[in-house]
Amino acid sequence: MKIKMTFLANLLRTQWNRIVAGLMLLSAANANSVWAGYDVNIAPPATPISAQIYGLHMYILGFCAVIFVAVFAVMFYSIYKFRKSAGAKPDVNFHESTLIEIIWTIIPFVILLFMAIPATKTVLDMKDTSNPDITVKVTGYQWGWKYDYNADDFGFYSNLSTPWSQIGQPDMRATEPKEPDYLLEVDHPMVVPVGKRVRVLITSNDVIHGWYVPQLGINQYGIPGFIKDVWFRADKIGIFKGQCSQICGKLHGYMPITVEVKSEADYAKWVEDSKGKWGAKPLSAAAPGSVLAEDVNKKFSMAEAKTSGEKIFGANCAACHQLDGKGMPPAFPPLSGSKVVQGQADTQIAVLLNGRPGTAMRSFAQLPDSDIAAVITYTRNAWANNTGKVVQPSDIRAARKS
Amino acid sequence: MATATTHDHSHDPAHDDHGHGGWTRYFTTTNHKDIGTMYLWFSFFMFFVGGGMALMIRAELFQPGLQIVQPEIFNSLTTVHALIMIFGAVMPAFVGFANWLIPMQIGAADMAFPRMNNWSFWLMIPASILLFASFFVPGGAAASGWTLYPPLVTQGGIGVDMTILAIHILGASSIMGSINIITTLLNMRAPGMTLMKMPMFCWTWLITAYLLIATMPVLAGAITMLLTDRHFGTSFFNAAGGGDPTMFMHIFWFFGHPEVYILILPAFGIVSQIIPAFARKPLFGYASMVYATASIAMLSFIVWGHHMFTVGMPAAGQLFFMYATMLIAVPTGVKIFNWIATMWRGSMTFETPMLFCIGFLCMFTLGGFSGLVLSIVPVDITLHNTYYVVAHFHYVLFPGAIWGLMAGVYFWLPKFTGRMYNETLGKWHFWLSAISFNITFFPQHFLGLAGMPRRIPDYALQFAEWNMVSSIGAFILGFSQLLFLWNVVSCIRSGAKAKDKQWEAAESLEWTHLPSPAPYHSFETAPVLK
Repeated sequence: MKIKMTFLANLLRTQWNRIVAGLMLLSAANANSVWAGYDVNIAPPATPISAQIYGLHMYILGFCAVIFVAVFAVMFYSIYKFRKSAGAKPDVNFHESTLIEIIWTIIPFVILLFMAIPATKTVLDMKDTSNPDITVKVTGYQWGWKYDYNADDFGFYSNLSTPWSQIGQPDMRATEPKEPDYLLEVDHPMVVPVGKRVRVLITSNDVIHGWYVPQLGINQYGIPGFIKDVWFRADKIGIFKGQCSQICGKLHGYMPITVEVKSEADYAKWVEDSKGKWGAKPLSAAAPGSVLAEDVNKKFSMAEAKTSGEKIFGANCAACHQLDGKGMPPAFPPLSGSKVVQGQADTQIAVLLNGRPGTAMRSFAQLPDSDIAAVITYTRNAWANNTGKVVQPSDIRAARKS
Repeated sequence: MATATTHDHSHDPAHDDHGHGGWTRYFTTTNHKDIGTMYLWFSFFMFFVGGGMALMIRAELFQPGLQIVQPEIFNSLTTVHALIMIFGAVMPAFVGFANWLIPMQIGAADMAFPRMNNWSFWLMIPASILLFASFFVPGGAAASGWTLYPPLVTQGGIGVDMTILAIHILGASSIMGSINIITTLLNMRAPGMTLMKMPMFCWTWLITAYLLIATMPVLAGAITMLLTDRHFGTSFFNAAGGGDPTMFMHIFWFFGHPEVYILILPAFGIVSQIIPAFARKPLFGYASMVYATASIAMLSFIVWGHHMFTVGMPAAGQLFFMYATMLIAVPTGVKIFNWIATMWRGSMTFETPMLFCIGFLCMFTLGGFSGLVLSIVPVDITLHNTYYVVAHFHYVLFPGAIWGLMAGVYFWLPKFTGRMYNETLGKWHFWLSAISFNITFFPQHFLGLAGMPRRIPDYALQFAEWNMVSSIGAFILGFSQLLFLWNVVSCIRSGAKAKDKQWEAAESLEWTHLPSPAPYHSFETAPVLK
């Protein structure tokens, strides 16, 4: 385990002011402005359902607060009144009363009915996914999302866009300051029109993920092999953020969700643009994680391929296989010294194009041929690997056709 | 076994006819008090190990960004912290109390199966070694959360298999312990000790033992299926082979929900004995307390679905589990009201065990209320797998289960050791724990409401302030527990002599019929009760 033993000492030295500020805040809730970052409640709802959820929570919380105060007022009163130091004598015969027991069984039951009725109504509303205006299929991946707009025949991946230089590592401090949208920003958001019923089909490619956007009132597991559906209707234009809610492995904390609600006209325009970018036919250079423009006829030199390949590796592969190629066995095998990487190029190309079913290795077929060729060349000639051979985009194109 | 006919109630087991002296004493002992002591020390040790992991988690979460541990190690820490606290700290501590107290409270000489008792303790050692060692094998410890959901858990390395084996062994140990407790309680009560005269601690353990016997095999089945899915080509939980990952959740939580009552019911029992002792009047509504405990146990078998409101079950399923879950509030409320009614018209003093019980009442009730909030399906959906849930179950487990245990330790230490703990230190321990616990976990409600998912090593900037507050609280809370360790150790070594009936209104047999410390062998001739 990599734990910095000197961490606490450093922490005290560098963070003392913040610690003191934190402690002061605990004791004095003075200036309102200081509390800007101290959210204490559910974020403002953006759909009719999430508004109901917000209301339900406040309603139940009200009951709880009143009961808590009432019950513990009695307790603290008896602590005060019946203390031995004040000369209280125990009434040892007061220890049984069927009537009291019945009363305090029935009253909570009745209170629960008042909670259950509005909750039931909201459950039924949430479950009614009929008559959608548009349907989007969401697929969870380790560690990102894919959004498919099947009616319009396009789909795209959506990944975290916060750079690792803001996040840092245990043995390497972050080199850039954290931006306001730290860990909540993606390269390509899901886009929906305002005021329309959107049905979301949720599934997963590998392990269970949770598609969680609180302001839309949705938190739904994506379960591999099964499709579940939920719905929402966003009533205001804006950007709504969420995160994966179900632990899904190493980068569980790094797969945010962004849903952009646009006006109908803007949405229509976005759909047209997207069809061009991510439509079924052309393999686009704008695929996420790609570095090079598509050029099947390109002939790489070794140096050229390695330079670009290293960048592509960093963007797509290093999260699992690590920058040093040593991976994190057994879930993420090393590439350095790997028999597959040092063996026949065709085998490795097939793995990249098709993934390895049943493992965390997904298909990277969305990348252009030039990217795949470059990254394969890089892995075959980096670290302990030294095949000396360059894989060309034409090899990839040929493998795709076969 | 029964060769000696005279008893001088020797306090030194080495000179006792039945005790084994020397270093093998604890390996071979079949004495319920020795075994109880070993359980309690084992769980105390595991409590600090699990707590150390919690502090590593809180240190990483002190600020956004990655500072101390890699994300996969963070995931392992959350997983193993939970497994250790549940299976290594809280459950064995309750079994330790059961061993010490049940024979004395019902007037029996020992547990029904003394050799099995020894075996069920020593099984836990290889199991915990397996659990620790899994950190150092390729692939590391299980990193899927203690719920071990496939398919994520199938991606793990040999550490997962070691965890599965460890849970199997711990489960076997729990089942043996439960059989022992049920047999003892049903067959070995002294003449006149009818079931409805048993102290509440015995009642809650009787019900808990049935819960364990009913659910531990279910967990064993679930993790065996995981094992065969991982290694023998089955597809119980793999959709590609016709299985369903959701089925694992159903089986797991069919175990998992009764499990949370296994973790709290014996604490109810302890509190139900301490409050009357310090209120100086009998427990209010004894019979209704027994029925309420039994109702909670029965309801616990039909509410497991509330852990799964976000898997996409049909509306009818969600509504059924919501109503059933809300119902649990009724018997739980009855228990709280009875405890408060026990205080009413009492004559109260506030020694450390009583302080922990009052703290238990307030904080456990808060945890109960957040449980009620979470039972409401639509609200649960927006809070599922957020820090609100983390706050909720720590409110019921730390000031619930663990304060119940600590109250029990302070209450019975004079009986166990014949010496008194330091009251001032005990009060410091309580107040520091109470304040720092709330600094740690109350803000986590806010984090959850604001949408921070749990089990993440790094978070968005809007969550930074409350996380820092929570981490500061966690470190105070963690280090406050050293006061407890110090108090227990110095009590054993040099505490003032305790009275045979240290608490004037404690009414169970260990106080009324036995000296302090309780002799190595007690009630070899059963007392006759009226």
